[in-house]
Amino acid sequence: MRSALRWGVLAVGSAAGLALWRRSSGKGRERVELYFSDGSMVSFPEDSTEAARLIPLARQVLTSARG
Amino acid sequence: MDAAQALADLTEISTQIQAALIADEKGAVLASTFADDATAGRAARSALDLLAAAEDAGPNGTVRLTQVLAATRAGSVFLVRGEDRIAAAITGSEPTVGLVFYDLKTCLRLSAEQPEKPKGSRSEKDEGKSVDA
Repeated sequence: MRSALRWGVLAVGSAAGLALWRRSSGKGRERVELYFSDGSMVSFPEDSTEAARLIPLARQVLTSARG
Repeated sequence: MDAAQALADLTEISTQIQAALIADEKGAVLASTFADDATAGRAARSALDLLAAAEDAGPNGTVRLTQVLAATRAGSVFLVRGEDRIAAAITGSEPTVGLVFYDLKTCLRLSAEQPEKPKGSRSEKDEGKSVDA
């Protein structure tokens, strides 16, 4: 019983840690990155107005490409 | 190297790229990995719409937009812009961004290269003229 509880706590802790890491690293989040000829880059996170406009267009590309 | 060969090399090298195309800036498809031209045409037009919107979203100025990454939960769209053409590719979610951009840029550069002239194409007559002159 105690061993099962330990494994349960470990599993929940690992899942929470993974979720925090993914959130902090930006992985799994929708975003748009623009790269310019001078080497500069602009990133729009998913809650920005620019991403709100561009992400649907990206989905359209995916839909068109995947049929 | 022609555009079709450049794309064939790209898909052989990059396992992350699910489909790709090269089109001119008016949307005419020069080469694609799609099974049919209609799908490639639709994808090219959608990619150009995304590029145009991305250009509007970026900072105004003289700096040229050269690459776009749009990451969604359903997959990612990569666009690379050359002098007179674009390369577009789609991947699954969470690709290795730098690697895909590198491969796509290489593909676009190779597609724009003129094929080498075969060696010895100059005739003996031509060579003789240049010596005389």
